[in-house]
Amino acid sequence: MDSLSFDLAATPLRDLNRFLHKEAVAQGVRQVTVLHPDGAHNIAVGLNAPVAVEIEGHAGYYAAGMLKLGEVTIHGNAGTGVAENMMSGKVHVKGFASVSAGASAHGGLLVVDGDTSLRCGISLKGGDIVVGGSVGSFSGFMAQAGRMVICGNAGDALGDSLYEAVIYVRGRIKSLGADARIEEMTESDYQAVGELLAAAGFSYDPHEFKRVASAKSLYHWNADANQEY
Amino acid sequence: MNDNEHILKHIAKEASAGYDRKIMDYIHNAATHGLYEIRGMGAKRALPNFDDLVLLGASLSRYPLEGYREKCATKTILGTRFASKPIELEIPITIAGMSFGALSANVKESLGRAATELGTSTTTGDGGMTAEERQSSKTLVYQCLPSRYGFNPDDVRRADAIEIVIGQGAKPGGGGMLLGQKISPRVAKMRTLPEGIDQRSACRHPDWTGPDDLVIKIQELREMTDWEKPIYIKVGATRTFHDVKLAVHAGADVIVVDGMQGGTAATQTCFIEHVGIPTLAALRQAVDALEDLNMKGKVQLIISGGVRTGADVAKALAMGADAVAIGQGVLYALGCNHDAYTLDGLVHSACNDYANLGTAAGFCHHCHTGRCPVGITTQDEQLAQRLMPDLGAKRLKNYLKTLNMELTTLARACGKQNVHHLEREDLAAMTIEAAAMARLPLAGTDWIPGF
Ligand code: SF4
Repeated sequence: MDSLSFDLAATPLRDLNRFLHKEAVAQGVRQVTVLHPDGAHNIAVGLNAPVAVEIEGHAGYYAAGMLKLGEVTIHGNAGTGVAENMMSGKVHVKGFASVSAGASAHGGLLVVDGDTSLRCGISLKGGDIVVGGSVGSFSGFMAQAGRMVICGNAGDALGDSLYEAVIYVRGRIKSLGADARIEEMTESDYQAVGELLAAAGFSYDPHEFKRVASAKSLYHWNADANQEY
Repeated sequence: MNDNEHILKHIAKEASAGYDRKIMDYIHNAATHGLYEIRGMGAKRALPNFDDLVLLGASLSRYPLEGYREKCATKTILGTRFASKPIELEIPITIAGMSFGALSANVKESLGRAATELGTSTTTGDGGMTAEERQSSKTLVYQCLPSRYGFNPDDVRRADAIEIVIGQGAKPGGGGMLLGQKISPRVAKMRTLPEGIDQRSACRHPDWTGPDDLVIKIQELREMTDWEKPIYIKVGATRTFHDVKLAVHAGADVIVVDGMQGGTAATQTCFIEHVGIPTLAALRQAVDALEDLNMKGKVQLIISGGVRTGADVAKALAMGADAVAIGQGVLYALGCNHDAYTLDGLVHSACNDYANLGTAAGFCHHCHTGRCPVGITTQDEQLAQRLMPDLGAKRLKNYLKTLNMELTTLARACGKQNVHHLEREDLAAMTIEAAAMARLPLAGTDWIPGF
């Protein structure tokens, strides 16, 4: 047996997650299809096995949260905190994603074909996020490491209090957050954007993107930075 | 000297109550630097505390147990509501979350060793779990903090319980600031930040914003760990009655309430001294909330913030806590503010080191500098040698053992075979403030202010 279906209309979510955590590898299951997710929360959280999970519909909060191994594809929209704190692997949302997509992710790749809401990539710690559409305000807030590629527009306060993470934006930026600035794209930036777009399945020209990174003026406590922190 | 000269001389020496030496220094500093003070440890101001309560030992109306003969149970079970593997502790005294980064790796190891030997738990902190502390701690509570520094699913799986930190008693509503001088290569790597920069910690979690979201966040952590591990929620004491109710609603197995006397590695002094409510008041509100929901005993309550002695523990349990967590007391047990440290078996004076920080043993609150004279709150390799894990574990074990002995002695004096049988009936208040906050009768009366 290398594939299996779980119908959440008939099977409790706990059975699915328990199977993914404890039995999938032992039973040699490589692909799990989740039917009738209907916005259920916490689908495939903590996945740590080389399993491809296909969610056939909309997922609720924290789908694929803390993913370590495996790939999760959501054939619909995703709720709050999709792929939050993921460590590696890949999560692909075919629709739109709600707030805090990819929050504090350490590694791996999150792809959202549509738009994401507020705080996409908040506290990012090393993962890559590629958004086919636009992102809401406060995206990349306090992002520490990793990369975000935004093919559409960005809302207010993009990259507020960024550390070492880099954000590439193709469309308009409504406003930059504290300490964020637009910098020259270098050859390595074009290459990075090209690779990330290819991995996400988008064909935009990297030369259309601009780079947003930290001005690093808030790296050390600064008496003159009143209200900037 | 004529009368007028006498009066002038008297006035010349009269301090202003509103603008005393302390507030003048504050204004002079603010005017000079344009910056607020950031410091470690807890509130310095006098607050109503457990010393303002007394235990009513048994006499005729109650029958005491024989102090040196009869046993008094201390076993404590936490996380019985949903978790399939609740925490079982030998004593109701746990070690509060303190981060590697704030503390040295030697100290983290000392905490784990001492806690394991005494059958209690220790807790990680902002910055993640170190291998040393996991290895040395039989029971380790893993904190999920707003910054999510070093947070990862492998450590969630390796933990015995998960504590979602919403706030700290020293700074409810505020984030932390670990100053660059404490960011060693290892600390920087664990937190995914460059070395040497001042690290700001967020004040709210990145992926949920309110109690309804928190319900789902907790379910995520439970699903992630197959409903095995207890989930604690830690709140800084402010609107504790409502916060505890919401934590119960969110699905907490255990609630940790950290009162205003709680410590911190580094935050603004204005927070430490002016935000939050004292532990006594918070504990009473927390117990009220649990009783109101008929969840007392079903959701366990840990109180922290200024628990220092066995008498404090006994009073906290009598007020309705299931256990206590200790942070600052643990640091003092390790030698914080001692005038000497032991290195290679020899005792050395630390007085010059304190003086170099502009302070003295007994007055230090300079944890934020990373130059701890006794090697506790530092990442400097040489300073960290001043407290090796063997010595740290021994001192801490002695301290916690002493607290437990005091606790059982006092419980027996109140006629209890089990420390968890201590009750509000066993308490009276010494001051009107404490009576009002703890809702206990003023000693020798049946008067509870406001009731
Ligand atoms: S002695 Fe060390 S731990 Fe204690 S207050 Fe000073 S710096 Fe902090």
